[in-house]
Amino acid sequence: MYKILEREDLVPGIHLFKIEAPAVAQKARAGQFVVVRIDEKGERIPLTIADWDKNEGTVTIVFMEVGATTARLALLKEGDAIADFVGPLGVPAEIDKYGTVVCVAGGVGTAVVAPIARALKEAGNKIFTILGTRSKDLLFWEDVLSGVSDRMIVTTDDGSYGRKGVVTEPLKELLGSGEKIDRVVAIGPVVMMKFCSLTTAPSGVKTVVSLNPIMVDGTGMCGCCRVSVGGETKFACVDGPDFDGHKVDWDLLAARQRIYLDEEKCAYDEWQKSHS
Amino acid sequence: MAELNLNRVEMPRQDPKKRGKNFNEVALGYSLEQAKEEASRCIQCKKRNCVAGCPVEVDIPDFIQAIREGNMPEAVRILKSKNALPGICGRVCPQETQCESTCTLAKKGAPIAIGRLERFVADWERGNMPAQSTPPRPKASGKPSGRKVAVVGSGPAGLTAAADLARLGHGVTIFEALHVAGGVLMYGIPEFRLPKEIVQAEVDFVASLGVKIELDSVVGKLATLDEILASGYDAVFLGTGAGLPMFLNIEGENLNGIYSANEFLTRVNLMKAYKFPEYDTPVKIGKRVGVIGGGNVAMDSARCALRLGADDVYIIYRRSEVELPARREEVENAREEGIQFKLLANPKRFLGNEQNWVTGAECYKMELGEPDDSGRRRPVVKKGSEFVIDLDEVIVALGTRPNPLISSTTVGLETTKYGTVVADGETGKTVKDKVWAGGDIVTGSATVISAMGAGKRAAKSIDEYLRG
Repeated sequence: MYKILEREDLVPGIHLFKIEAPAVAQKARAGQFVVVRIDEKGERIPLTIADWDKNEGTVTIVFMEVGATTARLALLKEGDAIADFVGPLGVPAEIDKYGTVVCVAGGVGTAVVAPIARALKEAGNKIFTILGTRSKDLLFWEDVLSGVSDRMIVTTDDGSYGRKGVVTEPLKELLGSGEKIDRVVAIGPVVMMKFCSLTTAPSGVKTVVSLNPIMVDGTGMCGCCRVSVGGETKFACVDGPDFDGHKVDWDLLAARQRIYLDEEKCAYDEWQKSHS
Repeated sequence: MAELNLNRVEMPRQDPKKRGKNFNEVALGYSLEQAKEEASRCIQCKKRNCVAGCPVEVDIPDFIQAIREGNMPEAVRILKSKNALPGICGRVCPQETQCESTCTLAKKGAPIAIGRLERFVADWERGNMPAQSTPPRPKASGKPSGRKVAVVGSGPAGLTAAADLARLGHGVTIFEALHVAGGVLMYGIPEFRLPKEIVQAEVDFVASLGVKIELDSVVGKLATLDEILASGYDAVFLGTGAGLPMFLNIEGENLNGIYSANEFLTRVNLMKAYKFPEYDTPVKIGKRVGVIGGGNVAMDSARCALRLGADDVYIIYRRSEVELPARREEVENAREEGIQFKLLANPKRFLGNEQNWVTGAECYKMELGEPDDSGRRRPVVKKGSEFVIDLDEVIVALGTRPNPLISSTTVGLETTKYGTVVADGETGKTVKDKVWAGGDIVTGSATVISAMGAGKRAAKSIDEYLRG
């Protein structure tokens, strides 16, 4: 069992758990993920590692309530434990000195971007961060990202905070500003990553995205997470999760994320019935 | 010589109509009377061909004699001294090509039903000898050696190697990537052929020998093989199997509703999707399901799909009936349950709708040409023979390859172009110091018992090395 040492509700529907997992903490690197199973009847779900502390032996995960499993996870308190916490899985994010890197974070993806931006900063890059959410009440970790960014732009869809609009607008402006952009890291909802990749495509600036297809084992065994990149089938769990955004078949990814919509709804309804 | 009795005692099975709708075990096992009757047919040959036909060298005539005499604890002791997993082997070993094929009575067409007797003994033990009672251990050949061995993977090869090494006095830790031990026995083989309760009981038996089992431990990610060796292990046995699914690499294969057999079976068996939504993991239930391939995994997938409620389930296989690689018994079980066989057919591409869901498979008709490297006649495409099978779910069961997770993170391990690890055929020793390997990771996908045999031989070699 893996104990929840700290719990923080970042914004409505997005929660942070600090988990006691010393072995995983020793090995975790930016961009990797864990597979979590709450209990005997739970499913295995991939969650990205948001932070870790080797000395403390802890790994921090941030997750959004999207269905029955994450809703069930969100009910757990400090001191509770989860049955399984497997990792660190996936290939770590490529970290090197590129020059100037634009990090684009959307929604819960903010927690994924944070350790990558930090590692890129430590590697000597200049970091421009664009952080986008639907509205002010869903914004989190502006301070964390500001701390590792040379420049910070916040957007909200409804204009309740920062700049009104979506992340691709400032991204486009940065690309056209005359400043040399060497790399873009875009992590968030599929549609956001898709449009960031489309935005950077004309300039040819390498754009790295982190894909989050449905997974089961997370170790290359089932092929559920297969994605098409540059016309080749890849397993996001072992070949990724990071890929070249210009080569990803976004429509296929979006379609494959909808495979279990009916079942997810059924499970969520059942769960709500039993908790109302 | 007494007159030979050539009437094999049949084992009762669930009615095909009923069993096609449940996940309960198909074969029901012998009663004590049936077991004794079958055991009494054994002529106790001087030359024990059956033992030679068993990869783990079970003293077959001896345990059969004990059954005949009604001395079940003795039968248990004899069987488990060589085989830590008899309940599993009695169910899934292809005895017809191993011990039973070398039985003297096989020449008369009625070999002793060794597999059914083995199963009976294992089941008798589970029902009659409480787990907390001392397990029937063989004479340990040595006192604690003070040496530590890491076993990577808890499938048939790893469990067997671990059990033998523990009995030989070594400290053994198994590292397992999944959340339960058993490997393919848990995630691959369905409940109706191998109940998970039986796998768990035999895993518990291995643990009772002093083997530590670390779950959720993905070697290569959590710790590399070299880090394990550096942390104080004197030897490592790699038994990680062949877990990477193969696809056809044809158009449409990423459509929704197309599963690898590994994914489909993992959802159903390991994650218990057949009990969704009581269990959280879902699986799609098609009306018309096509399973591509003709091996045991294909039969398992087809029969699971049927039990989940599919109307029509097709085995789509590119060769003919006689080349089906599955056990005959499983083909017959599948057919009895209503699985339909589309033989000499091979998918050219999968068809889908605008929502990216699979709607069918366009297949070629095939014919058999000259024998290929495998000795089987090569399937050849009949030009212009394309036809469409309407399907709303496809399960690709073409076989598996070893997962490169360990070989790619380990220095000095030799692999083949198929991704298998190179190891000595007899001892399982790899070219890397202190590292042995066995089972599907060396041979590519094969059988449970051949993996167990490899685990056993490697354990012997590791023991010699540690005591050398």
